[in-house]
Amino acid sequence: MSTAVAAAAAAPAPAVAESYLSHGRGPRSWLLSLDHKRIGVMYLLAIGASLLLGGVFALVLRLNLWRPEGGLVSNDAFNKLFTLHGAVMIFLFVIPGIPAALGNFVLPLQLGAKDLAFPRVNLISFWLYVVGAILFLATLVVGGIDTGWTIYPPYSLESARGLGILFALTALFVVGFSSILTGLNFIATIHRMRPPGMGWFDLPLFLWALYATGLIQVISTPVLGITAAMGFLERIFHLGLFMPEYGGDPVLFQHFFWFYSHPAVYIMILPAMGVVSEVVSVFSRKPIFGYRFIAMSSIAIAVIGFLVWGHHMFVSGQSAAASIVFSGLTFFVAIPSAIKVFNWLATMYRGAIVLATPMVYVLTFFAIFAVGGLTGLFLGALATDVPLHDTYFVVAHFHFVMVGAVMTAFLAGLHYWWPKITGRMYDERLGLWSSALVFVGFHVTFVPQFLAGVAGMPRRYATYAPALVGHNRVSTVGAFVLAAGLCLALFGLLRSLRSGRPAPPNPWGAASLEWAAPSPPPWDNFERTPHAPPGPYDYSGLRHVSDEAGWVRGEVSR
Amino acid sequence: MNDSPVSAVAAVHAAPHVLSVRALLGTAGVLALLTAATVAAAQVDLGRLNIVLALGIASAKATVVALYFMHLRWGSRFHLVVLGGAVIFAVLLAAFVVFDTTEYQGDIRAKAAAAPGAGAGRP
Amino acid sequence: MSAHGPAHAAQGERPPFLAHHFEDMGVQLETTKLGVWLFLASEVLFFGGLFTAYGVYRANHPELFHYAHFFLDWRLGAANTLVLIGSSLSAAWSVRAAQLGRRRGLEVALLVTIALACVFLVVKYLEYSHKLHAGVGWGASCRPSAEILATLPDAARALPVPAQLGTFFAIYYLMTGLHGIHVLVGIALFGWLVARARQGHFGAGYYGPVDAVALYWHLVDMIWIFLFPLFYLM
Repeated sequence: MSTAVAAAAAAPAPAVAESYLSHGRGPRSWLLSLDHKRIGVMYLLAIGASLLLGGVFALVLRLNLWRPEGGLVSNDAFNKLFTLHGAVMIFLFVIPGIPAALGNFVLPLQLGAKDLAFPRVNLISFWLYVVGAILFLATLVVGGIDTGWTIYPPYSLESARGLGILFALTALFVVGFSSILTGLNFIATIHRMRPPGMGWFDLPLFLWALYATGLIQVISTPVLGITAAMGFLERIFHLGLFMPEYGGDPVLFQHFFWFYSHPAVYIMILPAMGVVSEVVSVFSRKPIFGYRFIAMSSIAIAVIGFLVWGHHMFVSGQSAAASIVFSGLTFFVAIPSAIKVFNWLATMYRGAIVLATPMVYVLTFFAIFAVGGLTGLFLGALATDVPLHDTYFVVAHFHFVMVGAVMTAFLAGLHYWWPKITGRMYDERLGLWSSALVFVGFHVTFVPQFLAGVAGMPRRYATYAPALVGHNRVSTVGAFVLAAGLCLALFGLLRSLRSGRPAPPNPWGAASLEWAAPSPPPWDNFERTPHAPPGPYDYSGLRHVSDEAGWVRGEVSR
Repeated sequence: MNDSPVSAVAAVHAAPHVLSVRALLGTAGVLALLTAATVAAAQVDLGRLNIVLALGIASAKATVVALYFMHLRWGSRFHLVVLGGAVIFAVLLAAFVVFDTTEYQGDIRAKAAAAPGAGAGRP
Repeated sequence: MSAHGPAHAAQGERPPFLAHHFEDMGVQLETTKLGVWLFLASEVLFFGGLFTAYGVYRANHPELFHYAHFFLDWRLGAANTLVLIGSSLSAAWSVRAAQLGRRRGLEVALLVTIALACVFLVVKYLEYSHKLHAGVGWGASCRPSAEILATLPDAARALPVPAQLGTFFAIYYLMTGLHGIHVLVGIALFGWLVARARQGHFGAGYYGPVDAVALYWHLVDMIWIFLFPLFYLM
């Protein structure tokens, strides 16, 4: 491996052998592809489209909230818009996002493998996602649902709601299955397809993150599936499980729903943390600090994350005893996250920091995740949760972690692996400007929402008390700044496809195996299974040749 | 590296375990016997203990199926972890939810008594 | 065995059913089994939700569940339990036959499994149709006829029909119905195996699919092992 890379370093950017992008042509070679890289790219497009759609819904919501009396859209339409905004963003962007769009592409490469363990299952996963997405959108055709993304009965299962709920429940089942299959695939691949020399503690931390995420996907998502099935049958056959008028218990629905949906937020954040671990080390040019702590914290977050779901139900009718237990456990889940943050910061300490776009997004992540995580504590404490529940404080909290943390990490990872995926370098200046706009826009949008929440503004309301008009207008302006930042990022990335500099195999000087393959990689990644590198964060053998040739592994005498 | 997956796989693949006829019939026999035991135990009225006993025997049967028919006794230990982990989380879900619902029945009764006839729903 | 080299004997000759991304059949088999086990884990949680619903309603309406179980014929339930145990035996036997390269034995074992699974479904069909004809539906539509009430044991007949009987039967039909769907899927999968076995695909060097479907089948058996006492005996 080292001789081949050294030879490449001596010559100018070589004519690339056929890459996965040109291996096989025509729509069928993409739509029915078993290549994890093509599937990853298709996911990236679908997930990007979902982000765009969810974002458009958000902008309409924020525009309606420009005036205290609303009026841009009807109140009923507003309710349907925030429901679909939530459902699309959560199930079609944040949950699948990093694992499906980036993980699919990178995971086998980091293992020196030719593909995931089950390529056909991977393709099925993708098409299930597409079917689920269509089903969510189909709710619009039958009149929409106005229940909020949490679809609580009895309201959601009343016949007066129409048929939209049936499409939504089916969509949940289908995307849930997609998620389970992806998690299963990732676990099996990481567990059984590591190359010689790569033990568990030689894995890049992105893989530890995806592994822990996979465990959550496999264990929690089926409960969402059965809940959707029960809700579907309840609506049609009046089984009497959730609807009080038929003898059912609506709080039971909430228990089932949150048993999945709380771990789901760790499905969202763990891969994001994995990206952060990769980027913070490479762009500090320092091995990650506390590797084992970060690895074990990923597992700890996954496990403890299953024990806290009742903190979404403090005012639902849940018993006081259960609420106390859940509140106590919720404080524990913050600990492994904090351990990670301290280790990342320690990684940066005395490192040679490179402020490239991925790193700027990661720094944004640190700032926002810290606040987002800390505000969770106010919601985890029983006494403070009661007045804050269902206010904009909650909305701001989860947008801080889901958008501010997960989305910025997604952007960090997208820019970081863009050269590998496309074979092109993106324009660094456009990347930096977009990250600045995202940082500013994000804070202008969501900080006022914390304040509005504390002042008592309820969530999911199309109108509000006039005293809060200042908070809302600032937030709306921020939303458009954030949108501009995202559009600029998209523009920059798309432009690089046409005019970006051809990317070398290793533009960043990273040490994990995906950077040993060409940019973009050939169809089968590696001709022969490579031996594991000295360490996923061991930069000692790498030296920078030029911007065009990137970094190469020189002859290392150890 | 001796925790490389290749060596673990090699160890299992070198001699894939084949269930003997004795093991197959023996397992089936044990399962049939335990089924009879389940039915017999249900005839005796032990009050709340009946369901505990029934679940206990069922768990024993399931364990036998897992260890023998599903090869867990001779296969990779991680498969056991996967099954065990799934069962633990399923039990966690059931236990917490049953605990909570039984706890708040008192609240429901209190509210119903305080406002008789208010709201729909059978008792 | 070297850390690098694939395990297959012939140089440059890959076994016909070895996927391109696996080093050798050993890795493929072990990885396939892990994949199946992870899927089974998801099934455990899937049914776990339903067992939780059962637990919730039973814990809060124990007398209802005890009364309702008399509507179920424990002899049919026990017979079906033995039928499934038998089918698990034949499924495990089919794996053994495949591992030993016994094509005929494999085919017979697979067909026996399918036959027993069909018996299970026939019995379930008889149970369902009998109940539904007697007005024992789910939810609000549960109105047991006089005939079926007359078949209850004396202790139960003396009691009034509980208003929420329909909730028990909603959970009964839901759980046994979902289980039945899994049996149906299992029959289809075994049918697929029969087709492939007839073409001679399976032998000592390659039996992953047989192992995978058998593992799935054993889980279906395990779920029934819990359903039987919970509905039929208490």
